Amino acid sequence: MELLLEVEGLKKSFGGVAALRDGRFQLRAGTVHALCGGNGAGKSTFLKILMGIFKRDAGAIRRRGKEVEFTSPADALASGIAIIEQELSPVPHMTVAENIYLGREPKARFGGIDFRAMNRSAQKLLDDLEFDIRATSYMMNLSVAQMQLVEIAKALSHDAEVIFMDEPTSAIGEREAQHLFDAIRRLQAQGRGIVYVSHRLSEIFQIADSYTVFRDGAYVGSGALADIDRPGLIRMIVGRELSEEYVKTNAPTPETGIEVVALSCPNKIEDISFSVRKGEIFGIYGLMGAGRTEIFNCLFGLDKPSAGRVAVDGAEVTISKPADAMALGLALVTEDRKLTGLNLSDSVRANICMASLPEMSPAFAMDRTREARASRDMREQFQIKAARDTMPVSGLSGGNQQKVVLGKWFLRNPKVLLLDEPTRGVDVGAKREIYRIISDFAAAGGTVVMISSEIDEVLGMSDRIMVMRAGRSAGIFSREETDAQSLVHLST
Amino acid sequence: MPNHSSTYQPEPGQGVRSAAEEKMMSVGDDKKAKGWLGSEQRRLLIQEYGIFLAFLILVAVLSVSNEFFLTAGNISNVLLQTSINGVLAIGMTFVILTRGIDLSVGSVVALAGIVSASFVTSSATAGISGAPYPVALGIGIGLLVGIACGAVSGLIVSRFSVPAFVATLGMLSAARGLTLIYGGGRPVPALTPAFRWIGTGDVFGIPAPVIILAIVFAVSWWILNRTRFGRYIYAVGGNPHAARTSGINITRIQFVVYVISGGLAGFAGMLLSARTGSALPQAGIAYELDAIAAVVIGGTSLSGGVGRVTGTLIGALIIGVMNNGLDLMGIQSYYQQVLKGALIVGAVMLDQKRNYGA
Repeated sequence: MELLLEVEGLKKSFGGVAALRDGRFQLRAGTVHALCGGNGAGKSTFLKILMGIFKRDAGAIRRRGKEVEFTSPADALASGIAIIEQELSPVPHMTVAENIYLGREPKARFGGIDFRAMNRSAQKLLDDLEFDIRATSYMMNLSVAQMQLVEIAKALSHDAEVIFMDEPTSAIGEREAQHLFDAIRRLQAQGRGIVYVSHRLSEIFQIADSYTVFRDGAYVGSGALADIDRPGLIRMIVGRELSEEYVKTNAPTPETGIEVVALSCPNKIEDISFSVRKGEIFGIYGLMGAGRTEIFNCLFGLDKPSAGRVAVDGAEVTISKPADAMALGLALVTEDRKLTGLNLSDSVRANICMASLPEMSPAFAMDRTREARASRDMREQFQIKAARDTMPVSGLSGGNQQKVVLGKWFLRNPKVLLLDEPTRGVDVGAKREIYRIISDFAAAGGTVVMISSEIDEVLGMSDRIMVMRAGRSAGIFSREETDAQSLVHLST
Repeated sequence: MPNHSSTYQPEPGQGVRSAAEEKMMSVGDDKKAKGWLGSEQRRLLIQEYGIFLAFLILVAVLSVSNEFFLTAGNISNVLLQTSINGVLAIGMTFVILTRGIDLSVGSVVALAGIVSASFVTSSATAGISGAPYPVALGIGIGLLVGIACGAVSGLIVSRFSVPAFVATLGMLSAARGLTLIYGGGRPVPALTPAFRWIGTGDVFGIPAPVIILAIVFAVSWWILNRTRFGRYIYAVGGNPHAARTSGINITRIQFVVYVISGGLAGFAGMLLSARTGSALPQAGIAYELDAIAAVVIGGTSLSGGVGRVTGTLIGALIIGVMNNGLDLMGIQSYYQQVLKGALIVGAVMLDQKRNYGA
């Protein structure tokens, strides 16, 4: 049978450093193929070569048996290869339909745009995918999840035969993900080939039928997913045995760490109450836009709650700015490390010290030995892999960047850790290290509140779970009395 | 298609590097890591000192082509010409590092110059009653005027979230108008010799404005590289959201950088009037452009968070040396402006290529 896409011996180096040494890949029609690998395994480089963004140094790409050479994303599209990128790139002041047909708007008389035809076909596309989005609404009014869905619809509108999806579910909720999977199954039935790139193994086992694993820039293996189990796949990705995916050694103590009573913020959250004990990991599960992050914003002084009380260590507190929260021993690891967690252009060391500057400079001038020591300690404690700590943090992999954010907050010796999607975009190996850090912190008597939209993670790490739905709590459950299905059910 | 206009997107160059570097790290081979360090250091070296090399080349070319260029008198002249723009550009660096801009410095030069001059003039008609007052008072008043202008701009930018371009454009117009109102549109002549010393005096042959520039530079370098406040400036400019989440009072930092820029502009205004002996209401017109040019040529990013005050100083020197060199070659000042324009754009083009080019 003819292969839709075949890649052999793909090579690419940047300044003498090989990012991809031996990329191999085969895609059959009517299959969903999972491309797996940790951060830095060479997946992004591989995708960028196929998109025509990077020029390959060596290797062959064959499309239906014919050698192809792409010099721009337009070439790739013309050859029937569409890629849904992980980073969103919407034009905010245009409508959904205009975004979908950007650069290929249907023509009307006198060179104008046939808006009616455009809106109609865009709406049909969205309806076919069962995405609940109006084609005429402005992009800037959509949630992140909806923007991601539009991006998906846009790629599908190209009528491509080969569709790459790079972490398509990283910003969308469980329900939208199911819509996406339905759409993928329909495309599969039409005989197209889908390449699915994701760190979420449960999704891979749910939707894909075959897999290829890259590690350290080279092909490791491939096969049918029916012939491999989850630990086996993890072993291939990581290159060593991982005993357990989740690390959980903590046990809740009777003392209360943080208590929240009837917290409300107009149009965002309403009547949120929970109490987390020392040594406990408290999970918050919900869809994007269900008000999860907003709880943290109110607790950390980034937003002003209209009602409610917060008590830390049993004493009622008022938090009106982040510095107040930090003084009480709270730490907030935000959802998007690039947007709100890190100063990407600055060094690893400066980022680690960013939340501790007053402590680091008792006399206005920085205590540079102390800074260097703090940075070294955190890098050792969290095994942050960086050549030097004066290199810009933008040069680190996602997992290491996330550990820099954790290091920034652990440097302050926090009592309460607020984690918002602590493992998003982080590979399996680094994920486990982050779980170990969280678990150790709780086991040492720390209080952890963790937001996650990854259901396995919530169930694997939390002692109790609060489900959020449309800004309200849909109940708090202990991990024993709930399962994935009921969490999804409650959140929608 | 990546949308490069939005600020939160990771820069393409960084993405490229991340894959390659992570690759290197996972190899974990010490020897290879050292080799990589070497290339990284080379890259940093070019990034840090590239502008300095360009400056040296410019100086070398000019010294070969004109025998007068490297004389003590001419060097002192170039430094003197550069000192005012240098002081303004250093203040501008603080602002631009936080993603802002200060368009008002030229007008603040005139306002601070004329207000301070009215305190230290021996003219019977142009000064305020009781003038001349002691030099220290005149300088203090000039600084205060600059700081006040900066504080107003800073307040508007940080508290009311007005874009810096608009807020300081307003100050550019308002400060110029206040200058004309204050002096009735007339210059303030006959400044006292004691006041004129800061513009014309010297210590062991080094002109006073050059010494002042050196002090301003040294203090700014220390603040930006060695103090908590300096870290705050880089953090706010690099990622204001992350800075805020880390407990940094970004409103205050944004406010203070405009105060610094305003204060230095006030000082530059006094240097100017002290040098010429009288304060003119039309002084400092378009000075903000040379200051911004020096910052940009020095490698500071207009999108904030990246840049060095050393680069700014060299940027100001390049502009000064170029003007001087073209003067010596007898090239009309009209052509100088064209060349300066090309230099500004060329410097940024090189910078872009270095950062993001393959």
